[in-house]
Amino acid sequence: MTEDMVDLVVTSAPHVRKKIKTSQIMRDVLIALVPATVGGLYFFGTGHTLGVIIVAVLSTILAEYLGNLIFRKKSTLWDFSSGVTGLLLALVLPPGSPYWMVVVGAFSAIFIGKIIFGGIGSNPFNPALVGRAVLMVSWPTFMTMWLKPFYWKIGSQSLDAITSATPLNIVKLQSYSALIQQFGSKIALYKVLFIGNVGGCIGETSALLLLIGGIYLLVKKVIDWRIPFTYIISVFVFSFIFGRDPLFSILAGGLFLGAFFMATDYSSSPVMPKGKIIFGIFVGFLTVIIRQFSPYPEGVMFSILLGNAFVPYFDKLRPHVYGVFAKRGGKA
Amino acid sequence: MKLFTYSPGGTEIEEEKWTKDKPFVKLPPPSIAVIPLSQHTGAPNVPAVKIGDHVKIGMVIGSTSAPVSAPVHASVSGDVIAIEDRLCPAGNKIQSIIIKNDFKEEEAEFEHVDSIENFTPEELIKKIRDAGIVGLGGAAFPTSIKLSPPKNKVIETVIGNGAECEAYLTTDYRVMIESPDEIINGILIELKILNAKRGIIAVEDNKIDAADLLAKKIAERNLEDKIEVVLLKTKYPQGGEKQLIKAVLGREVPSGGLPLDVGTVVQNVGTLKAISEAIFYGKPLIERGITISGTAIKNPGNYIVRIGTQVSEIIDKVGGLNKKLRKLVFGGPMTGVAQSSLEVPVLKGTSGILFFGEESLEMAPEEESPCIRCASCVDSCPIGLLPVFLDHAYRRNDMKLAESLYAVDCIECGACSFVCPAKRHLTENIKKAKQSILKQRKIEAAKQAAFEKLKQKRLQEAKEKEAKK
Repeated sequence: MTEDMVDLVVTSAPHVRKKIKTSQIMRDVLIALVPATVGGLYFFGTGHTLGVIIVAVLSTILAEYLGNLIFRKKSTLWDFSSGVTGLLLALVLPPGSPYWMVVVGAFSAIFIGKIIFGGIGSNPFNPALVGRAVLMVSWPTFMTMWLKPFYWKIGSQSLDAITSATPLNIVKLQSYSALIQQFGSKIALYKVLFIGNVGGCIGETSALLLLIGGIYLLVKKVIDWRIPFTYIISVFVFSFIFGRDPLFSILAGGLFLGAFFMATDYSSSPVMPKGKIIFGIFVGFLTVIIRQFSPYPEGVMFSILLGNAFVPYFDKLRPHVYGVFAKRGGKA
Repeated sequence: MKLFTYSPGGTEIEEEKWTKDKPFVKLPPPSIAVIPLSQHTGAPNVPAVKIGDHVKIGMVIGSTSAPVSAPVHASVSGDVIAIEDRLCPAGNKIQSIIIKNDFKEEEAEFEHVDSIENFTPEELIKKIRDAGIVGLGGAAFPTSIKLSPPKNKVIETVIGNGAECEAYLTTDYRVMIESPDEIINGILIELKILNAKRGIIAVEDNKIDAADLLAKKIAERNLEDKIEVVLLKTKYPQGGEKQLIKAVLGREVPSGGLPLDVGTVVQNVGTLKAISEAIFYGKPLIERGITISGTAIKNPGNYIVRIGTQVSEIIDKVGGLNKKLRKLVFGGPMTGVAQSSLEVPVLKGTSGILFFGEESLEMAPEEESPCIRCASCVDSCPIGLLPVFLDHAYRRNDMKLAESLYAVDCIECGACSFVCPAKRHLTENIKKAKQSILKQRKIEAAKQAAFEKLKQKRLQEAKEKEAKK
């Protein structure tokens, strides 16, 4: 045996690691968003809507790059997290959003939502939702202008003809029975909401396509079942308590997108198993409260952001430590 | 058959048990045996030989009267050529007896017995201690001490640990396949010593053939009412003592306590075989089964190696390397210790030696990326600790916080680092925090003792003054 055959490196155990990287997780999230994105393009056209998605993704990547530059951080472009934020932001914007507004939203998401807190993993609030919240309070008119699905087929250019209120809007401004009347029957309404052939943000309308993406993430073990499951169940139960149609409440608005993709954001959600359950229930409760009592028809965004603020408290719910028993005279 | 396991926590690892079907092969004795005087947890031995002494295989060459210890024996015949500090697998230097092999293979007299019927537990324990038996699973705790619980503790169950949850290692599996009777004998000896009722041999379900073989042997010997075989779910770290007890008995060893606090003793199957050989053949622990594996070794396999054989000799004897050796690990890849030199000897607690090439450096990269709070580490911890927060505490040097997060309860299994997508050095940092806390506790205890002593002295002085008045 020759000397040059040996050049030993000493490291601490474990000497093997699971073949998983942050970039792979982000890539899985992007893959999971493909059905909803394609659905959005199908319902709202490949013209302006596609532009919104591209502008959002490119702007967030640019913002991340500039952020790294300004704060002299190592490049985090290749973990794809900024791309995920960009796509998520695009999916929660109305299809007719002007490009300049998308850019403002993207920079708000990355700078206010992420970079100033220290970048990936350190953001207390969901960056995409921070971006959307900024736009929501700054340009409420643009943020509540809902194009009808297949609006280009209508043949009219007038805004009134190609826009409509979202189902939750109709419930807020008129009544639930008025909405059912518009769709013919409850079953027809459920069907439309499930498929996604209805006005709303680009990626939020189809519960089915979001569910496919969500199941992909669950199967890939990228997300834990606790947050989406308890969030959706919580909205169902509290809607029932407040006299709203529970099934309609979980299918309408951005709940599925919020539950599977927003509330599960690692850095802004609890790490404790029990904390995740309480977080889901809490955010679900807030969503219903906002829908029921506030002037806003939809509460998913604000409830998740509010829930994010409480995460440090939910993370106090530590799991049981092996061999540590809360008994007198025992070790503290 | 019911599968036993613990919850929550644990992870699936890539097993890489390439050497599963390779029977033990006896490796020729080394030309030089380096036998450290302390190969166990406890008091070190003092040399029982001098330079120039001629020794036979099995002769005691180091011993001590301290209770928590195990003597060491010559593993080759020949002359003692040096007694000096040598680098050991743990990374420290330990006083060692160096024997030059004369290849005459002279053996000391070993006392054979046919039955344990006429021995008292104390006699059996003495035989085990004299044979230098320690836990062969890796911790190397003196077996005689494990088998001498305090009088107020009742031991109900003896668990034979055949989980072997580490990747690559297959020594326990081979022992179960090749020496099932010795394992059963070992359990019987322990049951007699501890006056315990029930023996359990626990095997992970990826080694179901070993479990079946043990069950068959137990049935053949009509021991079903005494010993049973249970199947464990294959999950890392299923073979951790605490996890095994929870899986099999459903009980938790109290924090800071020992298995005997929940009425059980856990013994690695290899140790059980060594106990049986020590009692029936009087054979001291001079050799052991080791898995030699990894990507950089030509002939991975299971080998019987003399204690004190250095890695450099092992490489030559098993056929050499097939690529540049970049990482040498004693033990399994999850918990083993990386070595800085080939001149380290095999110890009683060495269960495997792994040889890796360049690819191992990518397998466990040095570079960390930011924590994304994915909670994989929290979900993987078999103790229920919070590796992510312990890591934060360590990096901020906040040992109070680390202590309140139960850093000292960490079993250092490596699961958190293994699952981390950001490749953060969680286990390493928690280990360091743990060591720092334990050190601080020692200092505090010493301070307290000194204070008490001073207080006593002052009281005494005051009393004397009082008496003078």
